Amino acid sequence: MLAWTIYLSFAGALAEALLPKGRNALARRLALAVTVGGLALAVAGFAAGMGQERTVLVDLPWVPSMGIHYLLAADGISRALVLLAGLAAVAGVLFSWNIELRTNEFFAFYLALIGGVYGVFLSFDLFLLFVFYEIAIVPKYFLIAIWGSTRREYAAMKLALYSFAGSAMVLIGLLAAYATAGSHSTGLIELAHAGLPASFQMRCFPLVFTGFAILAGMWPFHTWAPTGHVAAPTAASMLLAGVVMKLGAYGCLRVGIALFPRGLDPWGFSFAGIGSWRDVFAALAAIGIVYGALVALAQSDLKFVVGYSSVSHMGFVLLGLMTLNGIGVTGAVLQMFSHGILAGLLFAIVGRIVYERTHTRQLAELETMHLSSKLPFAAWAFAIAGVASMGLPGFSGFVAELQVLVGAWKANPWWTVAAGAGIAVGVAYTWRAAQKAFFGDAPPNPRLHEHGREFAAITWPEVTGAVMLTGVSLFVGLYPKALLDAIEPAVKALLAGGGQ
Amino acid sequence: MSGFPILTLLTALPLIGAAIALGAGRRARGVALVTALVSLALALAVWTQLPADGSIGLVERAAWAPSLGIEYRLGVDGLGALMLALSAIVTLMSVDAAHRVHLQPGLYFALVLALEAGLFGSFTALNFFHWFLFWELSLIPAFFLIKLWGGARRGPAAMQFFVYTMAGSAALLVAFLAMFAATGSMDFPHLTLLASSGELEQTVTAHLGPVMVWLTLGVLAGFAVKVPMAPFHTWLPAAYAEAPSPVTMLLTGAMSKMGVYGLLRIAIPLFGPQIAQIRTPLLVLAAITVVMGAWSAAAQKDLKRVFAYLSVNHLGYCLLGIFALAVPGTDAATRLSQAAALNGAVLQMFNHGLTAATLFWFVAILQQRTGGHRGIDNFGGLRKPAPVLCGLMGIALFSSLGLPGLNGFVGEFLIFRGVFPLAWVAATVSVLGLLVTAAAILTVIEKVFWGPVAEHCAGFPDLHGGERLALAPAIGLMFLLGVLPRLVLDSVNPTVTNLLAHWRF
Repeated sequence: MLAWTIYLSFAGALAEALLPKGRNALARRLALAVTVGGLALAVAGFAAGMGQERTVLVDLPWVPSMGIHYLLAADGISRALVLLAGLAAVAGVLFSWNIELRTNEFFAFYLALIGGVYGVFLSFDLFLLFVFYEIAIVPKYFLIAIWGSTRREYAAMKLALYSFAGSAMVLIGLLAAYATAGSHSTGLIELAHAGLPASFQMRCFPLVFTGFAILAGMWPFHTWAPTGHVAAPTAASMLLAGVVMKLGAYGCLRVGIALFPRGLDPWGFSFAGIGSWRDVFAALAAIGIVYGALVALAQSDLKFVVGYSSVSHMGFVLLGLMTLNGIGVTGAVLQMFSHGILAGLLFAIVGRIVYERTHTRQLAELETMHLSSKLPFAAWAFAIAGVASMGLPGFSGFVAELQVLVGAWKANPWWTVAAGAGIAVGVAYTWRAAQKAFFGDAPPNPRLHEHGREFAAITWPEVTGAVMLTGVSLFVGLYPKALLDAIEPAVKALLAGGGQ
Repeated sequence: MSGFPILTLLTALPLIGAAIALGAGRRARGVALVTALVSLALALAVWTQLPADGSIGLVERAAWAPSLGIEYRLGVDGLGALMLALSAIVTLMSVDAAHRVHLQPGLYFALVLALEAGLFGSFTALNFFHWFLFWELSLIPAFFLIKLWGGARRGPAAMQFFVYTMAGSAALLVAFLAMFAATGSMDFPHLTLLASSGELEQTVTAHLGPVMVWLTLGVLAGFAVKVPMAPFHTWLPAAYAEAPSPVTMLLTGAMSKMGVYGLLRIAIPLFGPQIAQIRTPLLVLAAITVVMGAWSAAAQKDLKRVFAYLSVNHLGYCLLGIFALAVPGTDAATRLSQAAALNGAVLQMFNHGLTAATLFWFVAILQQRTGGHRGIDNFGGLRKPAPVLCGLMGIALFSSLGLPGLNGFVGEFLIFRGVFPLAWVAATVSVLGLLVTAAAILTVIEKVFWGPVAEHCAGFPDLHGGERLALAPAIGLMFLLGVLPRLVLDSVNPTVTNLLAHWRF
C-alpha cells in the first residue's frame, strides 16, 4: 500500500506536466487530490503497520547481474517519515494555492519531489535509495530557480552543487562498502550483515555520514540551507525544511549508522576530548545547535530567522543520532517528524501568509506594521508554532528534544549542556522574531505607508493548512505514543545491529 | 545461424542507398531516411538473433585472400549488435536532423550513408584487414562532410581530424602487420585464442624481438585518438564544433564508439598482459580525460564545444572502466567487479551515443532557428517562446548529467561500482568529474532557458509536430533505459561474461 504513495506522486507529476496551460484551478485541485491521496495511503500504511516489524512491499530483480533489486520495504521509522512527507505535501499544496505562474509546471516539479522523498524513505536497496535521493534533488533545483525570490539562481545552484557533492561522497562510500563486502547484493540488510571490517567502517563512516549530513544542514556544511530556504517559494521551503533535510538525516541513520556501526567506535586515542567519529559529529551537531540559534538571533530578515533555526533544530536530530542509545535516536527520529511539521508551518506563515501581503520580510519594517492587529491569525499561528518549536510541553518539539537531551545526557553530559544552551537561545530568537514581526509597537513608517492599507483576508487553504499542522504537532505532543510505538521498536532493532 | 547473410546485407544496404542518393538530387534525404529506417530494422533483427550464451553469432565466412591470411569473416556478439543498433539509431537521427542541406544534397546524404556502412562494417568484422578497410572507409566520408559542409574554420578542423586519425590508423596498421609477420594470421578470434594462452607474445617475441610493448602502444594510440583520450583529444573540439551539427551527431554518437569498441575487440583481448602492466599510467590518463573534459565543458561558451567536451568526459568513464578491469586475478570478487565495469562501459557507450546525438540535434535545431547562433550567451529565456523544446532538451541534458531514472545513470553507476574496488584512487578522482559536469550542465540550463528573452529568441518558434514526433523516440528511449536497463543488459551481460572468460591479463 505504501509503495503506491510513490507511484501516485509520480503519476500526478506526469499528469500536471501534461495539463494544458492556463488551467490553474484544475492544476491546484489535482495536486491537492494527489497529495491527499498520498497522505491517506501514508496514514493507512502507518495504521496497518502498527506492531509489525519491517515489511517488504515490493521486491523485484532490477539489474540481476549486479544483485540490484527494486526493493521497497517499511519499518516504523519509514512509516513515520512517510506520514510526515504526506502531511508536509498536503500543507505545501495548501500554501501554494496562490501560485499563478506556470501553475501546472510548479506542481509537476512539486509532486516529483514528493515522489522522490517517499521513495527514499521506503527504499531498502542502496542503489534504489540513491536513485530516489538524486531524483529529489533536481525538482528542488527547478522549484527554487524558477519560482524563487532573493538571488534564486545563486541559491538554486548552490543547493544543487552542495547536494551533488554530498551525493558524490555517499556514492564513493557506498561503492567502497559494496566492494569490500564482496556482496552480490545491494540490499541494505544484506550489506549490514556482511560483516565489514572495523577499520574499513572507521574510514567509510565519516564519508557517508558527512555526505548525507550535508543535506541535513550539519554545521559547517549548512550554508546552502538558509540561502536555499530564503530563495525558495513558500511550498518549496516548506518541503526543503520539512522533508528534504530529513532525507539527509534519514540517510545518516539508515545508511551511515546501520551499515557502519563500528565506524563510531573509539579511535584508541583522543585529541582535546575528541576520541571517535561519534565525538566529532556530536560536537559538530552541538555547534550547529548553538551557532544556528545565535545566527537566527541576529537576523534582520524573518525568513532567515526561520532558516537558521532549521539548522539549529536539525542539530538536535544529528546529536540524537550520535547518542546511539534507544531514547536518543528515537528522539532524533521524532524530532525529524516534529521539526518537519513545525518548520513547514513557520515557513508557511512567513513566506505565504505574511510576505505575500506585506511584501517585506525585514523585521525593522514589519515592526511598523502592527500585524498582531491587522493579521491576528498570522500572529497567533506564528506564536503557537514558535513556542512549539522552542519546545513548549504539549507540543511535539518538547517530547522530541527532551528525549534527545536525555539520550545525550546518558552518552555525554556536556552534549546536553551545549544543547540546553541552544534551547535557551532558541527561546530568545523566537521571542525576538515574534515580538518584532507581529507584536511590534514602532510608530508607522510613512515610507511604508502603502502597507498601511488593509491586508487581504486570510484564505481557507491557509487556515486549513495552519490548523492541520498545528493540530498534528499538538496531537503528537499530547499523545506521543502514537508515533513512538512505531519508531521505538524500529530504532532498537536498527541499533541492535543486524541492520534493521 | 547459417544461411541468410544478414550482416553482409546490413553493410551493403547503406552503400546501395548511397549510390541511389547520389543521383537523387533533392530527394536524397528521402532515400537516406528510408535506407536508415530499413537498416535500423535489420540491426534490431540482428539483436534478436544473438546466441544466448554471449558468444559470437551470425557468423559468415568466405575465403578472400587466403595467402595473406585474409578471410571474409563477419559475426556479432552482444557488444557488436548493440553498436550496430546504436549506429543505425544515430544515423537515422542525423538524417532526420539534416533538414536543410542546400549544397549538393545528393552527395551529402550519400556520404552519410557511406559512413553508416563503414560503421556497420567495422562493428561486424572479425578480421583485421576487413575491419581496417571499414575503419578507413568511415573516415573518408567524415572528412568530406566536415570539409564541405562545415562552419567557418572547417578546413583546418577537417584536416586536423583527418591527420590525427590517420596517424592513429598508421600505428594500428604497423602493429597488425608485425603480428601478421609473426603469426600469419589477422583473424581476431584466432589471435585472441593465441593471446589467451600466452602464445601470441611468445611467437611475436620469437620472430621480432621484444616489441610487444611497442605494438601495444601503437594499437592503443590508434584507439586513443578515436575515442579520444587525453592528451590525444585536441582534434575533437574543433572537429565537433566546425562540423555541421547532424554530422557531429554521427561523429560523437557513433564514430567515437569505434575507438572504444576497438579497445574491447582488439586491444584488450590481444594485449591484455601488456595493458595490465601499463595500467596505472592509462588510468591516470583516463581520470584526466574525465576531469579535464568536465572542467573544459564548464569553461566553454559555445554550446557545441560544451557538448564536445562533455563527450570527452563521458567516454572517459568508458576508458576508466576498461583500463581498471585490466588486472590479473580470477577470484570471484575481482570477476564481479570486472563484469560490473565492463557492463557499465558497454552500456555507457550506448547511452552516450544516444544522449550526445540528441544534444547535438538540439543544437542543430537552435542554429536553424536563430540563423546559426550557438553561443551560450546568445540565448536566454528560451523557455518562454519554446517550452516544449526546453523541456525535451532539459531531459536530454539531465540524461547527460547522469540523473537516476534516465539512461546515463545506470552505466556510470556500474562503471564506478566496478572500478572502485579495482582502482579506488582513479574512481574517487573521477567522481569529481560528475560534480563538475553537473555544474556545467546546470549553467547551460540557466543561461539558455532562463532569464530575460534574448533579442533573436523573441519570435523563436517552438518545436512543431513533426519535430516532436521525431525526437520523442530518442527521449522515450532515455526514460526506458533509465528505468529498465535490463533491456540492454540482458543481452550485454552474457557477452561480458564470455569476453572476460577469454581475456588474459
